[in-house]
Formats: sequence, C-alpha cells, structure tokens
Amino acid sequence: MSPVRVAVDRERCCAAGMCALVAPATFSQDDEDGRVVVLEDRPPEGERASVAEAAAICPCGVISLLE
Amino acid sequence: MTDATPVPQGLPMERQCPFSPPRGLVELRDQRPVSRMTYPDGHEGWLVTGHAQAREVLANPRFSSRGDLARAPIPTGPMAEGTRRFIPRGALTRMDPPEHTRYRRLLTGEFTVRRMRLLEPMIQGIVDHQLDLMAGGDQPADLVADFALPVPSLVICALLGVPTTDRPLFERETRTLFSLDTPVEDRNDALRSLGAYLGRLVADKRANPEDDLLSDLVAGGQLDDEELATMGMVLLVAGHETTANMLAHGVFALLRHPDQLALLRSDPALLPNAVEELLRYLSVIHVGPIRTALDDIELNGQLIRAGDSVTVSVPAANWDPTRFPEPDRLDITRRSTSHLAFGHGIHQCLGQQLARVEMRIGFGSLLGRFPGLRLAVEPDAVPLRSDMGIYGVHQLPVAW
Repeated sequence: MSPVRVAVDRERCCAAGMCALVAPATFSQDDEDGRVVVLEDRPPEGERASVAEAAAICPCGVISLLE
Repeated sequence: MTDATPVPQGLPMERQCPFSPPRGLVELRDQRPVSRMTYPDGHEGWLVTGHAQAREVLANPRFSSRGDLARAPIPTGPMAEGTRRFIPRGALTRMDPPEHTRYRRLLTGEFTVRRMRLLEPMIQGIVDHQLDLMAGGDQPADLVADFALPVPSLVICALLGVPTTDRPLFERETRTLFSLDTPVEDRNDALRSLGAYLGRLVADKRANPEDDLLSDLVAGGQLDDEELATMGMVLLVAGHETTANMLAHGVFALLRHPDQLALLRSDPALLPNAVEELLRYLSVIHVGPIRTALDDIELNGQLIRAGDSVTVSVPAANWDPTRFPEPDRLDITRRSTSHLAFGHGIHQCLGQQLARVEMRIGFGSLLGRFPGLRLAVEPDAVPLRSDMGIYGVHQLPVAW
C-alpha cells in the first residue's frame, strides 16, 4: 500500500535536508533553521516512492507515513 | 566466541586495493558486525561494521559523541590522552544535546538544499577558473593540487568570508591535523595556530562586517568570540578537506572504471546518483565516528556496557552486502542514498548539501572540459592517503 499522509516531528529534526533533496514536492526546509517543512501532507502519486525513501533515510527518523 | 576472526587490536587499516575497505574489516563484518575490539590504550571496547548496526548506534543519543569520553581506535601517542579531554566551547561535533542542538541550529539554516542551490553560480565560477588554469598549464597535472583541493577550499572561503590569500595557512594546518603520523605537540601547535587565526578573523568581522556566514554569526549575537572562533574552525576544516578527497579519489575511481565513466559521460543526468554512489563506494571517512555508551545498551544481541567505546566503520558499513548487493561493484545507477558517508543521526554532516553541489559541478565540469582525461602514471603509483584521517589520494597525475 502506498502511504497516504506524511507526518513529521519538527522538534527532533536535525535539518540535514535529505527529505528536501529526494522528495522536493513534498518536503522543504525552513529558511531560518533548516528544519523540515511539509509542503504537501498527501504526496503526489509520482513522488510516493521518494517520500518513502526520505522517511527511510531521515537521519533523525522524524518522518512518519500514515495510512 | 568460536569465530575464526580474532578480536582486532585497534581499527584494521591495511588496504589491499585503493578502493575496497581493509580486508580485516570486511572479514570481521561478515562474521561479527558488532565485535569486541582492543583499543590502543588497552580498553576492551567495540567495533561496528554492519550497516544496520552502524545506523542503530549513530541514531541512538545514548551513544554519546562527547569528545572527553571518546577513546581513539588507532594509536595517537602518549600525550593525546591529556589533550583530548579538553573540548572548547563551540566544538559541536564532540558534544551531545542540549549544547550540540543550540550550536547546530544556529548553522542549519545556512546549509539548506535551497541555500546551497543559490551558491551554484559562485561554485561554477570557481570550478571553471580552476579548469582554465589546468587547461593552460603543463601536462601531466596533479588533479589534487590543481583542482580537487582548491575548489572546495575557495568555496568555503567565499561562504565563510575567509580571505583566499590565507589558504596556505589553513590548508597547511589542516594537513597537519589530519595526518595520523603527526606528533601530538605538532597537532596542538596546529590547533593553536588555527584558533588564533580564526580569533583574528572573528575580531575583523566584528569591526568590518561583510556579506558572509561568519559576519552573520557575529551579528547574530548568540555566540561569544571563543565559540565563534571554534565554530569557524570546524566549518573551515571540515569544509574543504573532505570534499577535496572525494573529488580526487572520485576521479581516480571513475578512471579505473571506464564503463561507468563512459556511462556518466553519455548521460549527465546520472550525475546526482553517481555522486551518491561514489560517496558510498569511497567512504573517505575511514576512522570513526566514535561513540561512548552512556547506559548499558543491547546491540545485535550483545551487551554494550556504560562507558564502553564504540567505533563505527563507515567503509565497512557502506560495503555491507546485506544493504548494498555486490558492494564491490561501482554502479552509478544504483540507488545509494542510504549510505553512511555523511554519518547518521543528529550529527549527520551539516555541510552535506554543499558537498553534493560541489561534487556535481566539479565532476560534471571536469569531465566536460577534458574528454580525454586519463591517468598519467600507473595506477599502482598513485599515493594513497592511508596515513591520513581522511582517506583519498595524495596526488593524482592526469593528462588529457
């Protein structure tokens, strides 16, 4: 099943930018502190695999994929 | 334990090939991805060589980054013990939260994917200028001295606001710091010299602020001069030596894998993926990261006791066949983003998005400019940096 909704824990985010790099339509970074900003909590169909990759490689494990 | 591979005495460092991790590490990983290791000071600690286990260590904040607790996995000389316990304020790579978080958050906004993309024209200008110099110079050229070192060095100078005329000073001191053979006294001298230099620079930025990162940090008013000098030193040192070695060793790897080089030349869209695969394949951070258990922690069925040192081997983890099938194959089409070349967890490399842009532009423009690029010596004659804290090549003679 593809994930349908993205949730993040901004408090624990370490702003490495991997999510914004691999899934740029879904994630961005705050200009001030670099922490994750969710652009689209229901990722576009074409980016779902990248969103799953972003969740898997996030260095601080702050991205959750909810059904 | 009945495994054939004995407990290593210090981190295995002896390589059999310029690219693959030391055989001692590979054999150990295949038998015991979490193994006991005898540290040079006699401590019975641990060595982690498996990808999943390395990730687990680096993601767990109970494995501390505190520099005053860490033990070196390779011999460092008798005086090192006394000096390593001193952690200057602002030395964020050797701290835990909450101190680490405070320092890191002052910097993370400066290194976002978006901010680094805005630097592309500046980086392209530096790369093109170095390529012009190389093209107009004699052959063979040394790719390290003429391209791989100056590019990231000039980029970090521009970003931080460091005068490029000071490059000889900080490049020399950085080389001293990263040489594994440097006597402790010389290491301390280099640290003092760099610290004094950064102190002068911070004072200068306070008096004459410019449009650069160091001036911004000074103007931000959240750091005192000691913290500013230390953080500036960390950024300056980390910012050039690592990328420099990736560029030079990356070119060496591509020249030794002509099929992959031809593939990359035929399809430049593969470049971002090729950069990730080269990061995995070369794993230039070959000593550490080092952590210390703050509690008793179970890892891979073994009990790590509070106070035990844990050394993670990035090259071994990035060549773990359970994560990267046929790890010894350089395959620029492979999806390699889960490599640990930039670490993992809260200390994952702050400058990684800058490094990616530098490598993309560096490799892409170099290959574009010199379609006939080739090694100018036998591959065996390329001097390897086994004696340095960051792996790579000392020189890479090339012609075109």
